[in-house]
Amino acid sequence: MPLGLNSLKKSIWVYHVACSPCNNCDIEILDLLTPRFDAERFGIVLVGSVRHADALLVTGMVNRQIKPRLQELYLQAAKPCVVFAIGSCAISGNFFRRSYNMAGPVDRAIKEVDPNAIIVYVPGCPPKPEAMISGVVKAIGFLDNLKKSKV
Amino acid sequence: MFVFYYLIFPGFLFATVVGLLTAWFDRKVTAKVQWRKGPPILQNFYDVFKLLIKEVPIPDTANPTIFLLAPAIALAAASVATTMLGVVNMNWNYTFVGDLIVLWYIMSIPSIMIILGASASGNPLSSVGASREINQLIGYELPIVIVLSTVIFKVGSIGLGDILKYQSANGPILYSVSGVIGCIVMLICLQAKLGLVPFDIPEAETELGAGAFMEYSGAALGAFKLTKAILLYTSPIFIITLFWGGIQIHGLGILWAILKYTLFIVLFTLIRNTNPRLRIDQSVKFFWITMTVLALISLILMSLGY
Repeated sequence: MPLGLNSLKKSIWVYHVACSPCNNCDIEILDLLTPRFDAERFGIVLVGSVRHADALLVTGMVNRQIKPRLQELYLQAAKPCVVFAIGSCAISGNFFRRSYNMAGPVDRAIKEVDPNAIIVYVPGCPPKPEAMISGVVKAIGFLDNLKKSKV
Repeated sequence: MFVFYYLIFPGFLFATVVGLLTAWFDRKVTAKVQWRKGPPILQNFYDVFKLLIKEVPIPDTANPTIFLLAPAIALAAASVATTMLGVVNMNWNYTFVGDLIVLWYIMSIPSIMIILGASASGNPLSSVGASREINQLIGYELPIVIVLSTVIFKVGSIGLGDILKYQSANGPILYSVSGVIGCIVMLICLQAKLGLVPFDIPEAETELGAGAFMEYSGAALGAFKLTKAILLYTSPIFIITLFWGGIQIHGLGILWAILKYTLFIVLFTLIRNTNPRLRIDQSVKFFWITMTVLALISLILMSLGY
């Protein structure tokens, strides 16, 4: 088991979920995956199917239409799977929080279907790629805790 | 003894380790081409170990038996293929009439299992991936069979051991015009068989998600990754056995073998990095027209004695 978890820390495949964002966070995520930051050094690879994902990068305030789809995607992902709420909108709703079509920020939507989900918050509007790398480092700390509790 | 051959030395374990290291080499060279640093040397081992602890959700629409059996059979078939090649390279007498044809059939099984698994998953994008894989298979089999028949006519026997003995007596087949053309055709067709970039149409990430592998996760996806790694190790050995006198695993032969192997891996990687993905119709046209004509030219040149 520890071998697998140690490997998980070094090979995080991410899947990009855009939940009604303004596209700024998405552009920063794509920046993170360019050769300049070279996330493949840490084993971070963008995958095209949610079944392969170890982390969901969720951007945007979650509106009523996208909420069931986000929950469905989370249930389809193979566990263990970490959720990254990227940007102020995903964390709190930002200035959309009183909007008529706001259906709760990312953590509330995910915790409706899985109360024990691991959620990492990366603040910023939009966050820098460096901030996202720091978020990944914190998620690795979470996985260490998971390992200690299991062994 | 044959269990040892199958599981440990030229077979499963050795091929897996070498194949994963080769896949790392491929990723590292790709990173260097793009002015990046690239992943650490054990990256592909991390990927596979990680996949082993992930859960394997089975879609409601899937046929669970075929869905889960397909990766296992693909892995077993790839191991058999690499064992046959490795054993015949170790001892030229471990051969039988027609083992080249048997080997070629066994090397096709992983592609067929990808088609079966993708169709069994019940995902529409997977089924598009499966149909593209079928088209691709029909495309590259024709030139490869012509090239194999070129080698068989030249040697006058269908045994892999006889091909190796002929080359050690008369010099490698590669050192002739027909041999060079045949080798180039073989290289490009195996690029398609491995699903590397100009021909990664069945799993086109930007169009189909992961295409044929879309519904797979966890250990089942890991088995497909291992199959790809083993085939990545087997394909250069297959070309070297057919055209370049095989591999000797004693004395200085090891160094020469590693050089030949690395040359083909670098060629695969450079083709992969310098070409954009083709459409499926372009790919089939390429194999049925350009590659088949080249293979026929090689066959004709061989019959004229060049």
